[in-house]
Amino acid sequence: MSAPSSSTADSGRKASWGVDRSVVILLIASIVVLAGAALESPGVLSVNYLLQQLQIASIVGILATGAMLVILLGQIDLSVPLTITGTAILATSLAGSGNPTLAFIAIPAGLAGGLLIGAVNGLGVAIFRIPAMVWTLAVNAMLLGITVFYTSGAKPAGAPPPLMVFLARERTLGIPNAFLLWLVVGALVLFMLRRTVFGNYIYALGQSPRALFLAGAPVERIIVGVFALAGLLSSLGGLLLVGYANQAYQGMGDSYLMPVIAAVVLGGTSIFGGSGNYSGTFMGAIFITLLASVLSLMQVPDALRQMVFGAIILAMLLIDRARRAP
Amino acid sequence: MTETGSSRSGRFKVPRVVISAVLLAILFALYISIQPRGFSTYVLTIWSNQGLLLALAAIAQFFVVLVRGIDLSVGPMIALTNVVASYLISGSPAQVALGVVLVMVVGIGCGLLNGLAVVVGRIPPIVATLALGSLYSGVALLLRPTPGGAIDETLSDALTYDVYGVPTALIALAIVLILVAIPLRRSRFGMSLYAIGSSRDASVMTGIRVPQMTLAAYSLGGFFAALAGLYVSMLTLTGDPNIGPSYTLNSIAAVVIGGVALSGGVGSPLGAALGAFILKTISALMFFSNLPPLAQPFFEGAILAIAIVLGSLGMLRVRSRLERFL
Amino acid sequence: MTSLVEFSAVSKSYGGIPALTDVSLTIEAGAVHAILGENGAGKSTLMKLLAGVITPNGGTIKVDGIERQFATPRDATALGIVCMFQELSLMPHLTVRDNLLLGDGGPMLRLIGGAAVKAVRASLDSVGGSHIGLSALVSELPLADRQLVEIAKAIHRRPRLLILDEATAALTAERVETVFAVIRKLRDEGCAILFISHRMYEIDAVADRVSVFRNGRHVETFAAGTRNRDEMIGLMVGQPLTELFPPRVAAPAKGVVPLLSGRGLSWERGLDGVNFDVRPGEIIGLGGLDGQGQQYLMHAVFGVLKGVQGTLTLDGKPLGGVTPRRAKAPGVDIALVPEDRKTEGLILDMSIGQNLSLAALSRKPYGLTNAAGPADAAIARLTERLEIKLKSLDDPVKTLSGGNQQKVVLAKWLALSPRCLLLMDPTRGIDVRTKAQIYRLLQELAGEGLAIILQSTDYEELIHLCHRIYVFYRGRVVREMSGDEVTPDALIAAALNAHSNTAST
Repeated sequence: MSAPSSSTADSGRKASWGVDRSVVILLIASIVVLAGAALESPGVLSVNYLLQQLQIASIVGILATGAMLVILLGQIDLSVPLTITGTAILATSLAGSGNPTLAFIAIPAGLAGGLLIGAVNGLGVAIFRIPAMVWTLAVNAMLLGITVFYTSGAKPAGAPPPLMVFLARERTLGIPNAFLLWLVVGALVLFMLRRTVFGNYIYALGQSPRALFLAGAPVERIIVGVFALAGLLSSLGGLLLVGYANQAYQGMGDSYLMPVIAAVVLGGTSIFGGSGNYSGTFMGAIFITLLASVLSLMQVPDALRQMVFGAIILAMLLIDRARRAP
Repeated sequence: MTETGSSRSGRFKVPRVVISAVLLAILFALYISIQPRGFSTYVLTIWSNQGLLLALAAIAQFFVVLVRGIDLSVGPMIALTNVVASYLISGSPAQVALGVVLVMVVGIGCGLLNGLAVVVGRIPPIVATLALGSLYSGVALLLRPTPGGAIDETLSDALTYDVYGVPTALIALAIVLILVAIPLRRSRFGMSLYAIGSSRDASVMTGIRVPQMTLAAYSLGGFFAALAGLYVSMLTLTGDPNIGPSYTLNSIAAVVIGGVALSGGVGSPLGAALGAFILKTISALMFFSNLPPLAQPFFEGAILAIAIVLGSLGMLRVRSRLERFL
Repeated sequence: MTSLVEFSAVSKSYGGIPALTDVSLTIEAGAVHAILGENGAGKSTLMKLLAGVITPNGGTIKVDGIERQFATPRDATALGIVCMFQELSLMPHLTVRDNLLLGDGGPMLRLIGGAAVKAVRASLDSVGGSHIGLSALVSELPLADRQLVEIAKAIHRRPRLLILDEATAALTAERVETVFAVIRKLRDEGCAILFISHRMYEIDAVADRVSVFRNGRHVETFAAGTRNRDEMIGLMVGQPLTELFPPRVAAPAKGVVPLLSGRGLSWERGLDGVNFDVRPGEIIGLGGLDGQGQQYLMHAVFGVLKGVQGTLTLDGKPLGGVTPRRAKAPGVDIALVPEDRKTEGLILDMSIGQNLSLAALSRKPYGLTNAAGPADAAIARLTERLEIKLKSLDDPVKTLSGGNQQKVVLAKWLALSPRCLLLMDPTRGIDVRTKAQIYRLLQELAGEGLAIILQSTDYEELIHLCHRIYVFYRGRVVREMSGDEVTPDALIAAALNAHSNTAST
């Protein structure tokens, strides 16, 4: 007997033509946003502009991948902002230290930092059973304290690791390297979710932790593992941001929490956990990036942009509820 | 006859509020001993003012946590009402009075909106209040991009000084606690809030109007957040859209320290207020200790985290692992 | 006698699966009306309809001759219909006083005075709860006291129709008598009482009329005392008991070494020095009143509980630090079919296939779901052996009937070839045909050498399936019965008289 397919947790969400419904909606929405913006400034339809959006979307997408994994568990990670900032500052100060050994380990150290932060998040949730939103918020506050202390409140010194600059800014055969990296990360996560026992456990845990525990699965380890993986992906996104902006700075992660959650929720992942497709998150990240970019083209202040993301999340959840309750 | 007495007796337990009060007394004594000015009305007044501010935020959080919710928009609501106050609370006494009323209306409105999203929209409280919180802080930023505005100084003086050596803040807190505690413990309305947090199903079966009561709890949360926003205005005499973030986490930590169960149905406003004063006393202690100023944000974050972990230690005492997965 | 509530042709189904079909029934004021039926016969659906928890799909319900639709429990209580659901109607973190007060429907905002508290005390005293303190937290009360509080809360409402769902399941004989006296007094005052139970002797003692339900249908209503017990059981089950239960396989010989033993198992909240042995090929039963520690023993063996004292021995070697993960590991091979199929046994929104392979996932090579694991073939075999009726493995498991769902839970665990199977009330809410299938399966499995521990609320099940029965009371095994000792009356007596036994020693 072949193993049952693992897509059934979200079977109700497939449209009749076999493509995830939210992907189609997001695709249409992206085209509408672009077309609307093109009426104002035709430049948005240039290949260069679009490729640049893809570059930024890749960073948002990698961050959203981590957020999606946590949301699949029915949890949430509010420490994303300072995981980004903290690991970015760590990596730039190592890379800019002038010591070749330290510079060499800048990227591994940054990623390890993310893994560690995620593991701390997961341990609080799995072992102490602290609600994830409270615990990750507290971890975020501690990380803020650490970065403030480390940078003495000033602009952090250091330089971006050259590899991150290459990944975040350069193109290969005309395609942004960041996008290629996102494709690799996405493929790995997709494989994990669809084809591995761990991936099946993630969906099952989001659906019913009680039943999974009684089925003899290592529930605590799964929670810690997912949070650690999410931390790793957040730090990878943070390092890409360092490469993209050529620096790390205090507060660089703050404006990413809402859009990242919005991308995941828009992509059809249930905020209650246990169902969601990676293709949805993928399109969600692209749509959110386009929307943010068009809003900033129209010179909408940042405050208003955050509001838009908040409103999108609410609207999506309300629509989702209307669809589920006949 | 073997059953007799088994339900009435049981080990004597020290009430949680008493533990919190003793802890606060010890911390306060410690604070006075290292505070260079020693004990004086001035020192007591500053301490009470800071404590009252967080206590109001904690009571706001308390009402929502009581019905098994969580409010991540406490900070944004405080920021928004503070900004609104900076426009409205000045001029003639009548104008000031009207301003106060309007600020409270804004707070109750925000709380009600949170409640509607949770009760009618059936969005999980974390996400609903996170997204709506981003709306509230967005509005605050749009209203007043940088700190400014004016607050009636007569009112401010009346609320932030002392009466015959007793800080007005403490008197105000006492009045608030009495006004809240009596209906909460001695009316069916207050008991219903505890009932909903304790068991939603049983509350429905008992005939409690769960949706309406939950809305009331969220609105009360908004009301107390507005009181906190108002009091910020009294202390700072300006409107600042950026004061929000720390209050959200601090209010959660305060209720946890004060013995309010994040799982709902347990705790008191007095406990929440004590938790707030404990937190404030700890940060005051740090201010006057020899810690480097830049290290303080980290220690504040760490203390919050430790408080939350300690508050969750009960989970480790749970004897049936199944109870962790409800 | 006047009819208070009238059901005509009422039906209710959940997602296409009928729970109640075409039920017509009259409930009269001033009478105790017993509803008799197996688990899943539709008793609880009937009650939930009356309590306003659910609404019917078809038919009408009349109260006082007027057609009514109640959408919430508030609507039902407004008509004087009060329901005492097992374990469902109390708020655990509130005091006894607050629980009773909240149920009385008084004004929301007015402060509560002394008269209201006095009334609460009187209601509690009237059901024999005078030893219960008003300021005690419900969560800290023993199960029996909690049940008294639930009854008091229902009575405190001054109902016209009082619905009692297994209200006395955890009460000892003398307390049951107190409660029955209250029920008779209410009846004499003109209150209608719907009394749901599966204990025959309680129905003999208190009912005026009896209605039997089977498979969601109302089978028959008759005056109490006009049918004997065997006839009533026959109506409930739909066939003679001898056909339902297969012949028992022979018990293992006395000399066979136990596979799994427990000695002095204690747990602070409900186990007190329990000893047990189970041999390969043996079915042992855990019986007694509800909630006397039977479930805790199962959870202790499967590693769900923390801080269990005493020793577990497997194959003669001590077994320590058990968690569900270790319990199912090769070499230990214990499986547990949990109590609540819908929240513990299955993940309802996932597919049948995923549920079947959930326990065996940990044995997949390289952690890949596509890799063929040793359990996959077993799952396919078991799907056939258990005759699980399904269209596609990719359908959500919630589309299956209760009986087929339970077979999925069984197959999920049997795929791991366990040596010891723990079953918690495995036939709750399942149709008779599937029940008979499961009973046959259990005998076959025992014949193949599996050690089985069966906890059940159904006495007949324990009597007809088990080689030995441990009777629990207050966390202790008070009696071990086997062979000819096991009769319905002896089992009930053991469960109830346990109280006086422990008091006299």
